[in-house]
Amino acid sequence: MSATVNPPLVFTQDELGWVSWIDPLPEAELTERHFNGLVDRARAKSEYFRLLVRDPEVLEARTKTDKDIFYNVADGLPRAERELAAAATSRYNGCIYCASVHARFASTYSKRREDVQRLLDEGVSADLGERWNAIVKASVALAATPIAFGPDNVAELRRAGLDDAEIVDVINGASFFNWANRLMLSLGEPST
Amino acid sequence: MSTQDIIDTLAGIEPGSALDAIRARRLQARENAQKSYLSLFEPTDASDFSLAERAAVAAFVTGLHGESPVAAFYREKLAANAHGARLLEAIGAEIARGRTSGPYGSYPAGPLSIENTAGLIYRVSAASKPALGARLAAVLEHAHLLVFRPRDAASADMKALLDAGWSNSGIVTFSQLVAFLSFQLRVVSGLRTLAAANA
Repeated sequence: MSATVNPPLVFTQDELGWVSWIDPLPEAELTERHFNGLVDRARAKSEYFRLLVRDPEVLEARTKTDKDIFYNVADGLPRAERELAAAATSRYNGCIYCASVHARFASTYSKRREDVQRLLDEGVSADLGERWNAIVKASVALAATPIAFGPDNVAELRRAGLDDAEIVDVINGASFFNWANRLMLSLGEPST
Repeated sequence: MSTQDIIDTLAGIEPGSALDAIRARRLQARENAQKSYLSLFEPTDASDFSLAERAAVAAFVTGLHGESPVAAFYREKLAANAHGARLLEAIGAEIARGRTSGPYGSYPAGPLSIENTAGLIYRVSAASKPALGARLAAVLEHAHLLVFRPRDAASADMKALLDAGWSNSGIVTFSQLVAFLSFQLRVVSGLRTLAAANA
């Protein structure tokens, strides 16, 4: 809030900070109820999570939804492509902070850092090959308001080799970032 | 009361169907999307953001996305609220005034400025303000920004909500509610589309 903010001017895979526009809870005031909301105690160090923990029940449910959609890789879509859906959604909605985090994850898990960078540099129309194009396009169609996701997106995802369980992972991952982007963009701002 | 999974209900997913089985593989996500809904609409403490206000914002946000089973569900929730039913007409009028296509908005001045896209900067009509009151009028304007042009959000928007009488915690829960609905609408729409493709 009082820290000097240097807003990033481009989409990047670099690590960014995030500064809240309203008052997070001070660490010293956190109770067990708040720690339950944080799920991971280490998140008490994050200004973003100490802000969201003002409503601990919602934060806890949101965090557990997030973790299962992205980290439960017992089956379904590979983690790299769930992160791609998150990065594409964030690029389209304009969340530079969220895009930075999930572009990094997409690069780490796919080993296709340059393709991920092209998504950030060129935007959601970058040509990333059939499978990634289908996932990006589906994510963009879901992010539009009114929602534009339709039978053509399903057909395209299937042609790219995704089965229904994997398509549901795309829907969940892209939809979740319409939640995350709106919090990150509106409660504070990124800083380099 | 709300023991039925709300996403399954709104998406028309029947027990024992193929999509029911796929959703069961992400049980934690399914259960916690449900808990998110319950925490937002049946909270233990609604002192910073009343149930009528929650229903009004939800009817507005889902209505802005166009007519759908989700929009009908939240409109009914507003109608069922003792303090909310009188708001139905004003919310309906504001949805009609606020409908547009997103996302649009501006980036920080720099190389991304070429992607800036202009669009409606929604303000509540003078005619609806007496029915809605200043508190609700302020969050409807911010909800419209969150739905259609979230990248336009600025610290001044937070100040506007604080000035209209919203607490820090009320702003957090309100923001979560709008953001959660953005998720819920899309999961329901996506699952319905997938089910229809298999029909």
